[in-house]
Amino acid sequence: MTCCGTQAQPDNASIRSRLERERLLAASHGADETTVQSDFLVPAMHCVGCIRAIETGLARLPGVINVRANLSTRRVSVRWRPEDNGPSDFVGALADLGFEADLFDLANLKDEGDPVGRRLLLSLAVAGFAAANIMLLSVSVWSGATAETADLFHLISGVIAVPAVLYAGRPFFASALSALRAARLNMDVPISLAVLLALGISIAESLTGGKAAYFDAAVTLLFFLLIGRYLDHMMRQRARGAVTRLSRMIPSGATLVLPDGTLSYRPLGDIQPGNEIVVAAGERVPLDGRVKKGKSDLDRSLVTGESEPTLAGPGLDVEAGILNLTAPLRIGVTRVAKESFIAEIMQMMEAAEQSKSRYVRIADRVARIYAPVVHLLAAISFIGWMIGTGGDWRTSLFVAISVLIITCPCALALAVPIAQVVAANRLFRAGIPVKDGAALEKLKEIDTVVFDKTGTLTLGQLRVAAVSGGSPRDRDIAMALAGGSVHPAARAIADTGKVPAAMKLVDISEQAGFGMQARHEGKIARLGRRSWVAEIAATGETSAAPGDDGSEVCFAREGGPIMRFALADTLRSDAGETVARLAGGGLDTWILSGDTAGAVAPVAARLDIAKWRAGLTPHEKIACIEALQEEGHKVLFVGDGLNDAPALAAAHVSIAPASGSDIGRLSADLVLTGKTLGALDTAVRVAHQTGRIVRQNLGLAVVYNCIAIPIAVSGHASPLVAAIAMSASSILVVANSFRLNLGPDRSPLPDMRPALPANAPSGGLRREQAGVA
Amino acid sequence: MNHLIILIPIALFLGGLGLAAFIWSLNSGQYEDLDGAAERILDDD
Repeated sequence: MTCCGTQAQPDNASIRSRLERERLLAASHGADETTVQSDFLVPAMHCVGCIRAIETGLARLPGVINVRANLSTRRVSVRWRPEDNGPSDFVGALADLGFEADLFDLANLKDEGDPVGRRLLLSLAVAGFAAANIMLLSVSVWSGATAETADLFHLISGVIAVPAVLYAGRPFFASALSALRAARLNMDVPISLAVLLALGISIAESLTGGKAAYFDAAVTLLFFLLIGRYLDHMMRQRARGAVTRLSRMIPSGATLVLPDGTLSYRPLGDIQPGNEIVVAAGERVPLDGRVKKGKSDLDRSLVTGESEPTLAGPGLDVEAGILNLTAPLRIGVTRVAKESFIAEIMQMMEAAEQSKSRYVRIADRVARIYAPVVHLLAAISFIGWMIGTGGDWRTSLFVAISVLIITCPCALALAVPIAQVVAANRLFRAGIPVKDGAALEKLKEIDTVVFDKTGTLTLGQLRVAAVSGGSPRDRDIAMALAGGSVHPAARAIADTGKVPAAMKLVDISEQAGFGMQARHEGKIARLGRRSWVAEIAATGETSAAPGDDGSEVCFAREGGPIMRFALADTLRSDAGETVARLAGGGLDTWILSGDTAGAVAPVAARLDIAKWRAGLTPHEKIACIEALQEEGHKVLFVGDGLNDAPALAAAHVSIAPASGSDIGRLSADLVLTGKTLGALDTAVRVAHQTGRIVRQNLGLAVVYNCIAIPIAVSGHASPLVAAIAMSASSILVVANSFRLNLGPDRSPLPDMRPALPANAPSGGLRREQAGVA
Repeated sequence: MNHLIILIPIALFLGGLGLAAFIWSLNSGQYEDLDGAAERILDDD
């Protein structure tokens, strides 16, 4: 019996290559009139040899104009002419060169370029140029330039400083303005005020031939702060890059069956309910629909959290994101892309994120206290000096402004971001990209850890738990038979041992929904569902045998006994240890799973987690987490699937393993790129250390202010004192932050590299040894 | 005093030249693949 699904697909090479080409063109964009640019993700590219092999290998293909490999983003850009009967199978060509590659959808991922980063870098360059030149002039003034020379130097400094401050200070001014509009105070308000006032008073002083010009203070202040801003931005950008770089789980288009029966690859937006699409074995279902034709096994682990494959046949409803395992399916689309299961998940995530955005970062919390105090202090100094000097407003104003300048939170504004950047770098080296600094602050506060099961505590891969019946010879044949299939259950059996080389199987075929069949020494051998295997077995057991589902696989030779493989999901190797360590650290642990109670209970028992819930929908997961948070708990959610994405967004802070869904990774605050959960423990520990360093830094800044403010209020703050004090305090804070690199696990964890999934950015770990600078 | 009139513009011009060179290199995409650039110098041909 051949499967009906296989007949449904006119699977000849020319149609396939035409579909590939349509898909390629849909994901490319036109470079000019006749050429298009296509991008490919090549995660395994890591050295100059790879670059050369790829660039020369692809350039040899006809129609290709230009190939450029980018090692930082692990992408290869190809410019080619689609008109010439040129190549369309670049992925195949890359595979021939020995590189696994994925088409990078330029149409869907419009994240190209980094305008904010470029702007910050340009501002940094301008501020650096201005700071260096003005500082040279200022040093001449301080070391005793005569009256006219000093005036001239002040004027030149002013000419450099004014445009530099106006250009380089824009990130701060913009942020301060938007804070003021919302009637709030952030750290950028005192920064902007101090810089602008310093600039203003210095211009006035230089024009009237006065002595005190703070041009150098204003510009170096901006220079230091921009360094902090830029590093902070780079950290986030890199984490984001590490996330988007991993291959995308949801296809951007689908193979549509046209009314005349031909196939065509179309973007998802073009497909309407009622259309029929084909999903090949090994592809993910792109849209919600109902199976019309074909029989296959489906891996729903990413969508519902069920770890065992389910059987699909005509009439079954399928959601977007499900992986089709064994045979092609024809699916009647029931909902457009915008209303699909994934879109629904996205809406829930947005709602959850809105309720979460109320979190106020520690730097802003400090600013709320600090800014009013500084402004009040300046006002008091002004009034005090007015009274003390009997109405000399010029001196009084000068003192008030110098108070603002010297208390300007240079160290304070660096205290938090620098510590977080250093910590994020350390975590990045350990294989844990961090989305932003707030994640580290929040990770420190958690008291409850909630795990998803499938793909998080477990690897989401089936493993043979027990074997009963059958002879060792039967087992060898079963393994050889299993080796011919991509079904996870077959893979698990094939991985249990090595097949003897003498094993000869003929007529191997895969029967979707049933299993594998072959002939061994003239006799039929079957591996698959119990009822199907029982048809040929000696004992003739009925098909109504218990457990006729994915959790067991049976094997029999014609007329022989039935051999049973019991399957279970594999726990991550260090899940028990990690959970025990987290629980030992006083954290409450939970499991919230979409899988059945029967699958969750043994995992919970093995990990010693008393609190667990099974069979939850995404809505129920959010509800559980919100209930916990309403009780005052701070929840860390660790999960990977599509069904976890809203919960990841709703939790106080969240971590997703890189093996999970894109949406899961994108909505999580941290990503684990290794195969172990031990990194979770590292992340929590580093977050605590960061919190400690941040507090120390803030303490240092306060001590600095306690010394500097009396000097400024008493009117002794000269430009030289201001320059030295501000630089010294900034350097102290930065140096203190670098102590975070001196932790016990400074080197990358030894087990991280081999454990990286094939599509993870392995080079990211390698390049980061030099630290932030 | 007189030599300053000449020297300061020269110093500023050279500094500005450095800044312009940086802006040019940024705009011509030389910072887009730092890892690749580090490896490409090992390429013999």
